[in-house]
Amino acid sequence: MSTREDTAAVDPAAAPDPGQGAPQSSLASRIVSRLGSGLLQAVLVLIAVFWLMPTLGLFISSLRSPQDNSASGWWAVLTEPSQLTLENYASLLDNEGFVASFFNTVLITVPSTVLIVVIAALAAYAFAWLEFPGRDWLFLGVVGLLVVPLQVALVPIAQIYGGLGIYGSILGVVLFHVGYGLPFAIFLLRNFFAAIPRDLLEAARMDGGREFTIFRRVILPLGGPAIASLAIFQFLWVWNDLLVALVFADAQNQPMTKALQSEMRQFGANIDVISSGAFLSMVVPLLVFFAFQRYFVQGVMAGAVK
Amino acid sequence: MARVRLAGVGKTYPDGTSAVTDLDLDIADGEFLVLVGPSGCGKTTALRMVAGLEEISSGTLTIGDRVVNRTPARDRDVAMVFQSYALYPHLSVRDNIGFGLQLRKVAKSEIKKRVEAAAETLGLSEHLDRKPRNLSGGQRQRVAMGRAIVRDPQAFLMDEPLSNLDAKLRVQMRAEISRIQRDLGVTTIYVTHDQVEAMTLGDRVAVMKKGVLQQVASPQELYDRPTNIFVAGFIGSPAMNLLQGSLEADGDGDGARLALGDQTLAVPGPLLAERPALRGYIGRGVAVGIRPEDMEDAELDGARDGAVLDSTTELVEALGSELLVHFRITAAPVVTEDTKELARDAGADGLPAEAASSGLIARFSPRSRTAIGHPVRVRVDTGRLYFFDPVTGAGIWGDPAPAQQQKEGTHA
Ligand SMILES: Nc1ncnc2c1ncn2[C@@H]1O[C@H](COP(=O)(O)OP(=O)(O)O)[C@@H](O)[C@H]1O
Ligand SMILES: [Mg+2]
Repeated sequence: MSTREDTAAVDPAAAPDPGQGAPQSSLASRIVSRLGSGLLQAVLVLIAVFWLMPTLGLFISSLRSPQDNSASGWWAVLTEPSQLTLENYASLLDNEGFVASFFNTVLITVPSTVLIVVIAALAAYAFAWLEFPGRDWLFLGVVGLLVVPLQVALVPIAQIYGGLGIYGSILGVVLFHVGYGLPFAIFLLRNFFAAIPRDLLEAARMDGGREFTIFRRVILPLGGPAIASLAIFQFLWVWNDLLVALVFADAQNQPMTKALQSEMRQFGANIDVISSGAFLSMVVPLLVFFAFQRYFVQGVMAGAVK
Repeated sequence: MARVRLAGVGKTYPDGTSAVTDLDLDIADGEFLVLVGPSGCGKTTALRMVAGLEEISSGTLTIGDRVVNRTPARDRDVAMVFQSYALYPHLSVRDNIGFGLQLRKVAKSEIKKRVEAAAETLGLSEHLDRKPRNLSGGQRQRVAMGRAIVRDPQAFLMDEPLSNLDAKLRVQMRAEISRIQRDLGVTTIYVTHDQVEAMTLGDRVAVMKKGVLQQVASPQELYDRPTNIFVAGFIGSPAMNLLQGSLEADGDGDGARLALGDQTLAVPGPLLAERPALRGYIGRGVAVGIRPEDMEDAELDGARDGAVLDSTTELVEALGSELLVHFRITAAPVVTEDTKELARDAGADGLPAEAASSGLIARFSPRSRTAIGHPVRVRVDTGRLYFFDPVTGAGIWGDPAPAQQQKEGTHA
């Protein structure tokens, strides 16, 4: 009950005084308010350049021939732009194993991410807002799973997969990622959903909403930022995973990480596809990030309860 | 629109807190009932049980002709205005107001028509496409109201809907809620801890204390004939002065004498005749209530014998239209469970239990010349004295017996 009373009790003090917010503003908001000032902007640009430099290096390396790359650093293109070539990408596309591994990565990553987000969102809603016996114990169990290291499950699960006949398949890899991604995903979303004011859900209930309607039309829109963060995090994790792929994916189902790794082992043979392959494996998560970026809207809760 | 009936409704939370006990209320179709009491007395719990947001532990809840104890909130066809407004932050004002209709699959054109009509009533027409975060507190409050009225429900439930507004806006919205409710004629249960809101809005007012209904009556009736010390002290501002006194027979007349410390007031015969039960207290202690507005500066009013308290002015609060004069007499204050509850509500740490004197507040005309530190003669309207049993705190009236008044009687 105290939550209910508290939202109200806090209110009068919290009501901002327009135009006079400055004196007590937090460090973060002061930084934000200075964003306009030149010095800070310059510093930010500098940091961004530092971050981007290796990416740029990788990108340019992927556009130079292996001979050039071993003879000089990527910055040599600044004086000799004629070095740029698409040959690496051409041989990447010619390398059937690598192209297949790209699609394997997509086939592993997309279902894993979608399943994790969907299941976790539903479970998180139940853990946060539905009353059922044993709910809190179950949630404690989920939290407990967070600290179980992935490695302890490798052998038993490999055996189970063997029994089920899915060892080495993409399905096996996806299931493993989903199983290991869910505890954290549920934990993250439950805490976010639980912070949505109870009144909002009750208002929706009074407005005639059933649980699923409330979930879809109130919780999901409000949970957007958390779900977007989770989706990106999960996508990156699975996309970049090597360990699970090494253990559970056989050669024809191997993702790019594993393909790159085997190319590296036979260094020299296929050196031309390494930098272009690496860049390709890096650029997709970036695209996903930019696609979800607009959901990271700050302050979506403003104006809900007050 | 429907009649709402609570019969013996109770709520015990899983942790054992008994928030509402045996609540009987019968709210007529179209009636505006206000549920009032100090914070923590179970008002919100009672309202949420009617809404269907809280399970009913015991008793029966009827809306219209249906017993709805086990009906989920969405099927009860009642609308609630939350204290926090609970607006959907991701939806525009239009969609906030229309949400309930959308979920009920009302046709788009019909929703548009009804939302716009509601917005018109509430003066929100220009803001329909804004998001809640771009609205002022008063506008958000209106949107919350709009969400309720657009559904044309069986009943409105409002939980302290004005408590987050500043004083001026609150007065304005109070009048508006009253107007809208009368226009629409929808049965309304309104929860507040503010007795001024309760008195100004309610057709009837139900006063609760610690989960137990104390009295349901029209505002005037509550003021004139409080059923016990708690109601007497809760209704009225400044609060009624409560003192220990003793009644003595008045030698020859048909009246009585009331000793308050070392001073005496004459209790007029007609009052005793009107409240026969009072005779039984002659020769015994009694709790006496004097409302501030039943006192006046004797210098202005001319004083009769036996209707004056002599004291010294301790403090004068000049409000322009009136003076609040604080003074002290030697009668002991009343200390019962009720007064402790009232003191807790007022934020005081409890009265000094064994005090030999009590502070009083009187409401004087601004023409009074009384000043701090000077003697003051206070004329008391002895025909309007209140008497309570010093132990149980029950009001001493004639009929009906106070014990029966605690239960819900027939309503106006
Ligand atoms: N969910 C809950 N669990 C346990 N006790 C509660 C809960 N909600 C309210 N209470 C208790 O019930 C009593 C009445 O609360 P409430 O109905 O909110 O009072 P009011 O609205 O009159 O301030 C209080 O003592 C409060 O602490
Ligand atoms: Mg309350």
